[in-house]
Amino acid sequence: MPQLASTSLGVINVGLAQFAEAIAAAGGRVTQLDWSPPALGDRTLGMALARLTRHEKVEPANEKAFAAFLGVSPVLRGVGTAGETLANMGERMLLHAGPPVAWHDMCGPMRGAIVGAILYERWARDAKAAQKLAASGKIAFSPCHHHGAVGPMAGIISPSMPLWIVENSAGGARAYSNFNEGLGKALRFGAYGPQVLARLAWMQKSLAPALGKALAALGGIELKPLIAQALIMGDEVHNRNAAASSLLLRRLAPALARARLPAEKLAQVLDFVAGNEHFFLNISMAQAKLSLDAAHGVAGSSMVTAMSRNGVEFGIRVSGLGERWFTAPAGAIDGLYFAGYGPADAALDLGDSSITETAGFGGFSMAAAPAIVKFVGGTPEDATANSLRMRHITLGESNVFQLPALDFRGAPCGIDIRKVIDTGIEPVINTGIAHHDAGIGQIGAGLTHAPLACFTQALAALEIEVNA
Amino acid sequence: MAAASLKIVHNTYRDSVTLMQISAKIAALAGVQQASVVMATEGNLALLREAGLLDGEVAASPSDLLVVLRAENDAAAKAALEETERVLAGGNGGSPRSGPKEIAPRSLQMGLTAQPEANFALISTPGEYAAAEALKALRLGLHVMLFSDNVALEDEVLLKREAGARGLLLMGPDCGTAIVGGVPLGFANAVRRGPIGVIGASGTGLQQVTSLIDQAGLGVSHAFGTGGRDLKAEVGGATMLRALDELAADEATRVIVLVSKPPARAVADKVLARARASGKPVIACFLGADPAQVEGGGVLAAATLEDAAAMALAAARGESYAGSERRLPDYDVSRFAAQQRYVRGLYSGGTFCYEASLLLAQALEGVHSNTPVGKAVELDDVWRSQGHTLVDLGDDEFTRGRPHPMIDHRLRNERMLREAADAEVAVILLDVVLGYGAHPDPAAEMLPAIRAARDAAAGRDLAFVGFVCGTERDPQGLAHQVAALREAGVILAASNAQAARTAAAIANRHAAARQH
Repeated sequence: MPQLASTSLGVINVGLAQFAEAIAAAGGRVTQLDWSPPALGDRTLGMALARLTRHEKVEPANEKAFAAFLGVSPVLRGVGTAGETLANMGERMLLHAGPPVAWHDMCGPMRGAIVGAILYERWARDAKAAQKLAASGKIAFSPCHHHGAVGPMAGIISPSMPLWIVENSAGGARAYSNFNEGLGKALRFGAYGPQVLARLAWMQKSLAPALGKALAALGGIELKPLIAQALIMGDEVHNRNAAASSLLLRRLAPALARARLPAEKLAQVLDFVAGNEHFFLNISMAQAKLSLDAAHGVAGSSMVTAMSRNGVEFGIRVSGLGERWFTAPAGAIDGLYFAGYGPADAALDLGDSSITETAGFGGFSMAAAPAIVKFVGGTPEDATANSLRMRHITLGESNVFQLPALDFRGAPCGIDIRKVIDTGIEPVINTGIAHHDAGIGQIGAGLTHAPLACFTQALAALEIEVNA
Repeated sequence: MAAASLKIVHNTYRDSVTLMQISAKIAALAGVQQASVVMATEGNLALLREAGLLDGEVAASPSDLLVVLRAENDAAAKAALEETERVLAGGNGGSPRSGPKEIAPRSLQMGLTAQPEANFALISTPGEYAAAEALKALRLGLHVMLFSDNVALEDEVLLKREAGARGLLLMGPDCGTAIVGGVPLGFANAVRRGPIGVIGASGTGLQQVTSLIDQAGLGVSHAFGTGGRDLKAEVGGATMLRALDELAADEATRVIVLVSKPPARAVADKVLARARASGKPVIACFLGADPAQVEGGGVLAAATLEDAAAMALAAARGESYAGSERRLPDYDVSRFAAQQRYVRGLYSGGTFCYEASLLLAQALEGVHSNTPVGKAVELDDVWRSQGHTLVDLGDDEFTRGRPHPMIDHRLRNERMLREAADAEVAVILLDVVLGYGAHPDPAAEMLPAIRAARDAAAGRDLAFVGFVCGTERDPQGLAHQVAALREAGVILAASNAQAARTAAAIANRHAAARQH
């Protein structure tokens, strides 16, 4: 099978650059790599990565997982209540963002949000009693992800809270998220003052039923076309949802008007939705979760199906690695702060909202939303460069979501743990910054990265899974 | 007869400007009379009805995309619909690399994205990571040259098995030199192309043979390196066998040269059988091997690298090989002091040291080396010469934490001074290696050291004997290097073998003169 002697040589040079110069000087084609040891220099893992390259089980598994991911048609179907809607939701259970975490390990905003949720559910009379109850072991804490749900920041979901229901019109599977309360003092940032609790009560009593009625009348809203349009309009549907929220309201408003609400109640609902540019975020998250769940559980697949943070740890899940989380310490966020705050006030990376990046939005679609890079003093070129970079760690491109700045190429999606480790390119995440103390709220926004250590652990597990 | 077509693409959004462009593109196709691609909103449907492109109701929602066409016939309509789908799927069809800059590729896979037609990986990372990169390259379908050393033998076996299973050539590990289709890889000389294919287990061995071929006016089709352990029993000559297949099938190759230390017996049998089966003249230079074990069936044995080149040249020219010239340069040994007896060889090329040890030990008694071979004896301390000594300064014990002596001459220059100060030393024997990767001007590095050595000899005469391995087209230029070294009084032979014989002859002549 001789083949080298008769073909024209095209060289990839890994290592000493002077060799590439000699090849080029002799008229040869050569590509010099900007190489550094993969897998954080772990030689054993580096060999595992090599053994998993073009692997006969992993490649078809990834094709299958990626096709399932692309094949989902998420529809915003309706509104439900957590206690009634979610699988395995206990009576005295609170869901939280990120991988599992015990009460005594939780960060400030998450603890505050839990106190708020206990008060909201009337399981305790005051904050002190709520803290005691939370610490007593009588409340079960469980990640949203374990229930098909996602929540931004602290991501606290309690049994009485209303939820968005997003359904795959091509198969019936569902995913859920809570409602966005708006900026400022909000439960998801750990605030639990009377104003926060009053708003949550109004959302449960008035907002959710009204939106439920409107959606029932509409028969649901197809989300892929709406998001595709929002990307063209400058959103990346994680940290910028201005267009998507407007498009959603445009669809909802006529149906709300026909829902026979008293005029003042209707006005309150419209005011609330119109006044929150992040109203769409939770829906964006739920549809991302739905699509990624479709890709989860394919034996041998190295595709990441969840990235999430609980304020202490960053965790990922991988399609072929079951329900396991692979975690590393949560990182800090590089960003801009609101007046009066700085990095010393910031909580560590927090929330399930990085599910959007996992599905190719947020940082991966930053080219669509150049406004976002201003948080780190960047230029539109930097935004585009981020999307371009993510193409090197993903399985493919979206067939629906196009990025104008990349000449309408699809958004990069389907993170492959192997590519992350081989290139050392960490997934980029656009995110809000919470104050580290409970209840102060959002103090800024910026960029962060998924830590490589999550991916190296997952790779070691995948090697055992497919080569054992 | 006109054909109307309608297609609904469910749940697909494109902005109106994009859709107008697509509509215009489709309408311009041959045989298409009218085309419209729109989102199926009520407003758009009404417009289509007004334009007469749509009758009655369509089962489409505002989030669906609608393609309506009127074409001259069904075939044109079908082609137009297919084109529409292609355009919808493929962005704008513009160059994917337009716009912002891509980052430099960091992995082999990224390298393949940047150069999709690449078929070869040259790997020179630190040894501990090299096996993984090589395995990745093989799994990505690339031939590999593994320049890196310090790769475990078991990894070499595994890599060569993988390469074999995939029909790929893996050169190395510790493969310093190769030339593939005229492209120099690693430490190679700029050699013209020609009819002689070379396969070598040693980098400097390949450099010597290919340079001598070039100096004689012919050229090289390919020079493949195997790495130093390929012909061990554990590895079984996998790379040499595979490379032999390449050269056997390669039309540009008319003569084949093999260069190696003597292989394990079973491996040698396999290699020689494959060589005979190539149907081409094969010159086997297994340094130190018994020619009787090698020759037969189209295979000729060469005792030295120089002989191998000369025999290959003769075969390529259709001449019979008459033996190499042995005209050694004269040297006036009367200038030596009586106690000056010894040859001290300071080598940057491992195979040069090996070959010289074999030759010197045939001619002189008491030859020592850090890498002893044949009748040579191991040095007690590699840092101190005793009797006749040849050291390979490229060996691990000298290169740990230091650049290779072909790149950095300091270690050899220091040693040269110490040898010169030794009153028993008569001859200092040196190799000078040119080519890509080697020092840009070795003569300039060596001349001050040679002058200082003569000073250190404190009035004693010292014979500097050497040779230059290189070609005129090398970055350093053969003629320039030769002239500079001759100018400094270095006796230059045409090859490593001749340099070693010259050194031995000088030492012997002086010994004979002393006895008279």
